[in-house]
Amino acid sequence: MSPLALCLIFSSCLFCVGLAGALARGNAILVLLGIELMLNAANVNFIAFWRYGPTHASSTGVMFVIFAIALAAAETAVGLALVIAVYRHQRNIRLQEATKLKG
Amino acid sequence: MTLLPLLIIMLLTLGSAAVAMMLRNLIHSAMLLIFSWAGIAAFFLWAGAEFVAFAQVLVYVGAVSMVVLFAVLLTRRSRADLEVSPPAWKRILLAVFPSVLVGSLLIGAVLGAFPPTTNSSPAPELTVKQIGESLMGPQTAALLAIGVLLTVALLGAIVIASPEKSEDKP
Amino acid sequence: MSAASGSEHFLEHAPLDLRDWLVQFLTHWLHLTGLLQWMLHNLISIVMILAVFGLFFAFTTIAERKLLGRLQNRLGPNRTGLPKFSRLFGGWHFKHKLFGLSQPFADAIKALTKEDIVPAEADKLLHFLAPVIVVAFSLMTFAVLPFGRHFIPVEMDAALLYFFAAGSATELAIFMAGWSSRNKYSLLSAMRALAQLISYELPLILSVVPVVLVTSTLSTQNIVLAQGSWTFGVLPHWFVFTPWGCAGFLIFLVSALAESNRSPFDLPEAESELVAGHLTEYSGFKYALFFMAEYFGLTALSALGVTIFLGGWQAPCEFLQIIPSYLWFMGKLILMIVFFIWVRGTLLRLRIDQLTRLSWKFLVPLALINLVNGGFWALTTEWSGPLQIARWAISIVVIVVPFLLMGRKLSTGFAPRTYRYAP
Repeated sequence: MSPLALCLIFSSCLFCVGLAGALARGNAILVLLGIELMLNAANVNFIAFWRYGPTHASSTGVMFVIFAIALAAAETAVGLALVIAVYRHQRNIRLQEATKLKG
Repeated sequence: MTLLPLLIIMLLTLGSAAVAMMLRNLIHSAMLLIFSWAGIAAFFLWAGAEFVAFAQVLVYVGAVSMVVLFAVLLTRRSRADLEVSPPAWKRILLAVFPSVLVGSLLIGAVLGAFPPTTNSSPAPELTVKQIGESLMGPQTAALLAIGVLLTVALLGAIVIASPEKSEDKP
Repeated sequence: MSAASGSEHFLEHAPLDLRDWLVQFLTHWLHLTGLLQWMLHNLISIVMILAVFGLFFAFTTIAERKLLGRLQNRLGPNRTGLPKFSRLFGGWHFKHKLFGLSQPFADAIKALTKEDIVPAEADKLLHFLAPVIVVAFSLMTFAVLPFGRHFIPVEMDAALLYFFAAGSATELAIFMAGWSSRNKYSLLSAMRALAQLISYELPLILSVVPVVLVTSTLSTQNIVLAQGSWTFGVLPHWFVFTPWGCAGFLIFLVSALAESNRSPFDLPEAESELVAGHLTEYSGFKYALFFMAEYFGLTALSALGVTIFLGGWQAPCEFLQIIPSYLWFMGKLILMIVFFIWVRGTLLRLRIDQLTRLSWKFLVPLALINLVNGGFWALTTEWSGPLQIARWAISIVVIVVPFLLMGRKLSTGFAPRTYRYAP
């Protein structure tokens, strides 16, 4: 098996673990952690192609990952602020109970 | 043989991520996820992208982990709230089935597309100077956009998380 | 580049030659292969760094206690010594028993033999891992510091980023320590310590960025090499002697004090605050490990300050290059640590809100203005003659005026200071 295929399988498995976690758990923070795992899996994908991809001397992969890390950090901050706002309203963060649009 | 470090990194990262998604204790989940982020940073180092590996450690292990842990501690009423009940079997099945489907599609695509050759081209040379010149040259627009986005996200998070102003008493 | 690059003094690379000879000798003796030879080569480097900096840590503790004692008008510890040798030389009794210099070893024996108490409700794994992680990451930051001309353990392109990444992972260990003790006050104190560490990480990194601007490299060895020229052979071109470098160095000093939880920022571990803070439930060797990690962090930050601002292993005058570079590095490092001990014995502790206000409202804006200053300096390297004076003047004005204005604005509302001295 070529190293590229192994890296891509790694990234796919990580994505699936994140997806399963985000869909199965009912706690808002665990869902956010699953989303973080999916973003990290995409970053792994980019670096795998940068390392073993066809075009050499191209820095696109690394550039994209740098911006993706910054974006993921910002999104985590906003997501967790939302979790805190939801907690303040309903005193727990079970997503099953956050069903009404009216505050 | 040269893929042995990659296999070890893969097993450790996937293992800790999977266990993190299954545990009941939120703090233990967060700690295992931090370990898997460190594993991903190790993968970046193995692939030769040192700048990105250090950025991953600095941002994820050093900062995002703090945000997650603070959020976990701020959204509980007592110590018992940290133990989240595992979901029902039906729900687990409904979650695992689409992810296994997606996974098998992806892995099938990967295995079908790439012939099993053992090409080992050397790692591309990317110095920090080149990254800097790229960030300040062709990618300046993206850098400025990320700066604005981070500022807006910070302000938005503060506004969302701050307590609502008390309504005027009649 | 330094001017005397032709004939290097043999003492400069004598330790490296010694290591190579040792590796060759052991390879022949034990018939080692390539991989084992590489491991032996690196193992010797690691053992040397651990030994040197372990001893450095031991003597920092005793130097601190004695210096603090002297600052507080008392003697430091002077009882431990080597009593058997005090009757050396035919009855001449060493009255002061080695001046207490074996105190660190006595402390180590005490810490090792103390009972290790873990609370019954504690999270055992996290409680055990916290001191390990904090020591591990503090030690990892030593890998990119250039101790001498040829003495950098790992030569990396992104060395500064690695240093700050390894330093920021220690914050996680503090949270783990506070959380796993299952103690309300430990947790509260860990949160405060985290708030302090995160607040001061920004000025720390921002004060280093002007140096990166001027030298256009992140590698610590290149930063030291860029400070290697002298005007008239006696005035070194260290970055601390430039306006932006001086301001950056001062911001770096304050942030390094706060990052290593040292007075006047030692709120997390002061005895009068929440017992021992996040370290309340730690005893014996684990406490000693936290202590060691704090001193390693302090040494690493001082070494970084020496590397970036004080010229690293460069000698102050051109003719003083006879003394090997690692001795210059050690000398400057000792100077910085003595300065930190001096500050600890002199200034009062800050409250948590004063701490965070100092960081966010004073140091971060100043560091950002210093960034502009450093950029201006980097862009005007061709100015010479009378323009050089203009360059220095503009640089000084750009950083001093905001400092005065912001200092004035932040201290409004306070009464004028009255001094009362002891009779």
